[in-house]
Amino acid sequence: MLRLRVERRPAPLWMRPAAPIIAVVITFLLTAILVVLARANPFQAYYYFLLKPLSNQVSAIEVLVKSTPLLLTGASVTFAFAAGYWNIGAEGQLLAGAIAAAGLGMVLKDVPPGLALPLMILGGFTAGLLWALIPALLKVRLAVDEVVTTLLMNTVILFLISFLLNGVWRDPVSGWPQSPTIAASTMFPKLIPRSRLHLGFLIAWASIGAIWLILRRTPLGLRMRAVGQGREAARFAGVNVERTMLTAALVSGGIAGLAGVGEVAGIHFHLIEALSAGYGYTGIIVATLGGLNPLGVSLAALFIGLIETGAQNVSQTLNVPIYLGNVVEAALLLVTLSVLILQNYRVRRV
Amino acid sequence: METFIVGLIAATLRVATPLIFGTLGELLCERSGILNLGIEGTMFLGAFVGFTVASTSGSLWLGFLAAVLSGVLTGLLMALLTVNLGLNQHVSGLGITLLMTGLSLFSFRLVFGERSIQPSIEPFPKLAPLGNLPILGPIFEQYALTYIALALVPLFWWLMYRSNFGLQMRAAGENPEAADAAGVNVFRVRTLALALGGGLMAAGGAFLSEAQLGSFIFGIISGRGWVCIALIIFANWEPARVLWGALLFGGVFALQLRLQATGLKLPYEIFLALPYLVTILALTLAGRNVSAPSALLKAYRRE
Repeated sequence: MLRLRVERRPAPLWMRPAAPIIAVVITFLLTAILVVLARANPFQAYYYFLLKPLSNQVSAIEVLVKSTPLLLTGASVTFAFAAGYWNIGAEGQLLAGAIAAAGLGMVLKDVPPGLALPLMILGGFTAGLLWALIPALLKVRLAVDEVVTTLLMNTVILFLISFLLNGVWRDPVSGWPQSPTIAASTMFPKLIPRSRLHLGFLIAWASIGAIWLILRRTPLGLRMRAVGQGREAARFAGVNVERTMLTAALVSGGIAGLAGVGEVAGIHFHLIEALSAGYGYTGIIVATLGGLNPLGVSLAALFIGLIETGAQNVSQTLNVPIYLGNVVEAALLLVTLSVLILQNYRVRRV
Repeated sequence: METFIVGLIAATLRVATPLIFGTLGELLCERSGILNLGIEGTMFLGAFVGFTVASTSGSLWLGFLAAVLSGVLTGLLMALLTVNLGLNQHVSGLGITLLMTGLSLFSFRLVFGERSIQPSIEPFPKLAPLGNLPILGPIFEQYALTYIALALVPLFWWLMYRSNFGLQMRAAGENPEAADAAGVNVFRVRTLALALGGGLMAAGGAFLSEAQLGSFIFGIISGRGWVCIALIIFANWEPARVLWGALLFGGVFALQLRLQATGLKLPYEIFLALPYLVTILALTLAGRNVSAPSALLKAYRRE
C-alpha cells in the first residue's frame, strides 16, 4: 500500500520567488468560478483585469492613482505591525486625515499654495495621529486590546463624518451631503496634466522611503523590530516597550491620515461619506502580501492598484459585478499566506 | 412613562439578539484558543444568505438554516487557515471578513441585479405568548429567534462548564500541549468550535435581514461583529456575562432610537456612536482585570 508522510523542512531556494506567482495563479483559478457564474469568459475577464489596464497610458496612470492610498495605508499598517502593534484602524485614521483636509481646505482660502499644501499635509498627519492616540494610550497604559478599540474607532468616525456632512458642513450650493469644495490653493497639483495622478503619489513614495529608513537604519527602528519580535525579550534588553509601541502606533496613524488628505485634496476636492473604498483594510492586505517589507509593500500596493482598476474595467465591459475585485484581493491574501506556509512541507512516500 | 420603559425593554431585547448570537459564537472560538476576526464578514454572509434563500424559496426557516450552514462553512475555512495551517489569526480573520463581505456583495448583485427599489421579504412574525398581559405584555412580543438566543445562554453555560466538549474546548484554549497529552484532539476541538461559532455568527446576521429588517442592505452589520469581539472582553469570557453585556449595549442603542423618536433636537449621529464609545469605555474600566484564555492567538503545532 502507498504510504505517505508529511515532512516539515525549509522551502528550497527556487520556491521562494515562485510562491507569490503560484498564489496569483491559484487565486485566479478559484475566482474564475465567479466569473463563469456571472456568465463571462474567464480568459477574457482576466485579460481586462490584468493586461488591459496596462495597455494604454491613461489606464496605466489610473493604476498608479488607485495605488496611491494603498501605498500609504500599506506603509501605515507595516509600521505598526513591525512593532507588534495590531493597528486595524488605518481606515478610521485615513478618514480623520480626510476630515482635517476638508476643514483646512475651507479655512486656507487666502493662503498661497506654497504654505497651504504643507499645512494640509501636516494637518492630515496630525489628525490621523490623534485618531490613533486613544487606542494607543489605552494599550500602553491600561493594556486594553488595540485590535478591538481601533476597529470600534473605525465605526465611530463614520458617524462623525455623517454628522458633519448632514449638519454644519453640508454643501450650501448643492445641498448634497458633502463638504464645500476646498480652495484651489489647497488642491494637490497634478503630476501629469489631464490625469488624476496627484502630489499624493509622491508623498506616498516618500512615506515608503521614510519607513524603510526608520525601520532599517535608525535606533528607533531597531527597537521597534525588537518589540515586534518579542515584547518581553525587548524589555529585558532595556527597551522601553510602551514608548516604542506608542511611537509606532502614532506614526502609523499619521501616515494613514496622509492617505485621507490625498483622497480629498487630489481626487474628490470635498469630503464625502464614501471617500474610502476600505483602503484602510486593504492596507492590511498590502502590508501582509508585502511581507512587512517596504519594497514588498510598494509592489503589493501597485498590484492591488492594478486589481482595483481591472475590477472597474471588467464591470464596465463584461457586466461582472465590480465586487469581484474585493473577492480577488481577499482570496489573494489568504492563498498567499497558505502557499507561504505550505511550501515548507512536502509529502513523501515512506 | 410606562410605555416608554416597556418599549425600551422590548427594543433592548431585539437589538441584543444578533449580539447574543454573535458573541456566543465568538466565545466558542476564543475559549478554544482562536480569535475569529472573521465574525463581521460571517454575520454579513449570514444576513445575505438568509435573505436570499428566504426570498427565492419563500421559506424563512429554510433561509435561516442556509445562513447557519454558510456560517459553519466559513468557520471551517477559518479552521483550515488558523488550526491546520497555523496562520496569523488577526490577518486570517480579517481576510475572511473581507472575502465574505466581497462574496456577499458580488452574489447579491448577481442574484438581484442593480435595482432602484431594494428587494424585500415578509419578515418573521413576532410572537406574543403573553400578549394580553397588562402593561408588561409588549416586552414579551418578540421574534422566535430572540427567545432562542436567550435560551442559548444557559445552554452555553452547561456546554462550557458541564459537558465533556466544553472541558476539552477550555483545555485547548488554556493549555493545548497538556490537553493533547491528556488525549484531547486539539485540532478537532478547535475546528468544531470554529464551525459551531461560525454558524451562530451567521444566525445573528440572518436575524437582522430576516426578522428585524426584512431586507438586505450593505450597511446591515456596520460594526456589530466588532462590538461582539469587545463584548467578550467586557464579559471576561463568561457566557452569563455575555448576556449582560449584550443587553447593556442593546439598551444604549434602543435608548438612542427612543430619544430620536421623541423628537429631541439632538444630532442623532452622536447617539449612534454612543454604544461604540460606551463599549470602549467599558473595555477601559474592565482594563487589566480581564483574563483571556492563555493560548489565545497561539497556533498549536504537534512536534
